[in-house]
Amino acid sequence: MFVVRWIHHIGKYFVLLGKIFKKPENNREYWKALMRDMELLGVNSIAIVSIISLFVGAIVTIQTAYNLDDPLIPDYYIAIATRESIVLEFSPTIVSLILAGKVGSNIASTLGSMRVTEQIEALEVIGVNPPAYLILPKVVALMFFNVILIILSMFLGILGGFLAADLVGVVSTPDFIQGLQTAFNPFYITYALIKTVVFAFLITTISAYYGYYVKGGAIEVGINATNAVVSSSVAIIISNYVLTQMLLS
Amino acid sequence: MIEVNDLHKSFGDHKVIKGISSKFYEGKTNLIIGQSGSGKTVFLKSLVGLHQIDKGDIYFDDRKLSEMGEDEKTNLRTEMGMVFQGNALFDSLTIEQNVTFALDMFSDMSVSERRDRADFCLKRVNLENVQKKFPAELSGGMRKRVAIARAISMNPRYLFCDEPNSGLDPRTSIVIDNLISEITEEYNITTVINTHDMNSVMEIGDSILYIKDGLKAWEGSKDDILTTKNKDINDFIFSSKLFRLIKKEL
Repeated sequence: MFVVRWIHHIGKYFVLLGKIFKKPENNREYWKALMRDMELLGVNSIAIVSIISLFVGAIVTIQTAYNLDDPLIPDYYIAIATRESIVLEFSPTIVSLILAGKVGSNIASTLGSMRVTEQIEALEVIGVNPPAYLILPKVVALMFFNVILIILSMFLGILGGFLAADLVGVVSTPDFIQGLQTAFNPFYITYALIKTVVFAFLITTISAYYGYYVKGGAIEVGINATNAVVSSSVAIIISNYVLTQMLLS
Repeated sequence: MIEVNDLHKSFGDHKVIKGISSKFYEGKTNLIIGQSGSGKTVFLKSLVGLHQIDKGDIYFDDRKLSEMGEDEKTNLRTEMGMVFQGNALFDSLTIEQNVTFALDMFSDMSVSERRDRADFCLKRVNLENVQKKFPAELSGGMRKRVAIARAISMNPRYLFCDEPNSGLDPRTSIVIDNLISEITEEYNITTVINTHDMNSVMEIGDSILYIKDGLKAWEGSKDDILTTKNKDINDFIFSSKLFRLIKKEL
């Protein structure tokens, strides 16, 4: 029964994707919607991403320093570990998981509320394709803006580590800078950004799916918003494993 | 004119509309009445194309809905206006943006022309100085008027209203009823209204279709209602003491 229901959801999700990627009725109006969503989903997430990245970078540096407290291990290894943790996993994956909570619940509850208050039906009657008008701008906005957020997160994460190293005195500034420049693999940035774009697509489309098909009232909107966050997070973790296997092995 | 022949609609095993045929005339307010759960809203949403029907035909001035392609259906929808039970105003948009939404999407009008059109439609429903407000800032009656203004913004040939009086006081209900009736006559629109408000029936019911358990149980006008011997419609319309007294007096 569970498997049948799961297959039903997957099928319905792909049908919705087919409806999302259709020619816009009016490019100007879609552009306006895109700008609105850029602000709502992207710009409004800058503060949370910045704060979390700065502090996590600092914490990673301090924890690594305490764990590598060995005279045989050079101090600049702490900076290497901080850089690799931030670039490979924290910024693309953990920040995306945080965004799945913030942005995913926003998308699911907005669309869910529009569904239960007949606003989606009103769009249909007007002659607009609701999945394309409501979801496509969100997908494009987050796929574009998530890249900016993750680059910002990488920068602030490393900056947080650098500041903490200096403040706590676990690594000297020259050692930290040397560590950042040692054994750097530029492909890791490409890998992180590929993950970022995939995660943004999953967050928006899965959350939109849960919101778009809400049936009932306010309680169901809440339940579907929660399910959207849970499913997006699971999808991020699974796709993270698949992408890592594909790109790094 | 809208013509419906043998319309059927089910949800799973539950048959909601079991074969209704009727005609809705141009320039008249055509009412669909019936108890809650009788299938009125499903019938109306089937007419508009929001529900895929199981069987039957719907003609919009001799254009058969089931034979239309996607583009034709989109064009037909630009000829429709709908007022939803809960208004369905876009709450992230201002009143002006709500009214001009369809124009923004489908017309070649300039910004100032669209703004003028919004002002005209809002004035027509007796609303002024609300353009920059949001739906949440208006009263229920005002929101209903905005919904009507939005529905008429594209000069529709067909206007559909689902319970336009729900949640309104009797006085505001009559104002809304008369407004819809005036607009219908003025622009020669085919208007179809779902209602279970008996004041509306007596006030604006040019043509009335009574649905019971998904079937057409009676059809006529507001004048016919007073003289009909049909038990179902009499039980429904004259269920209150007041209406029974009025009928006795007449």
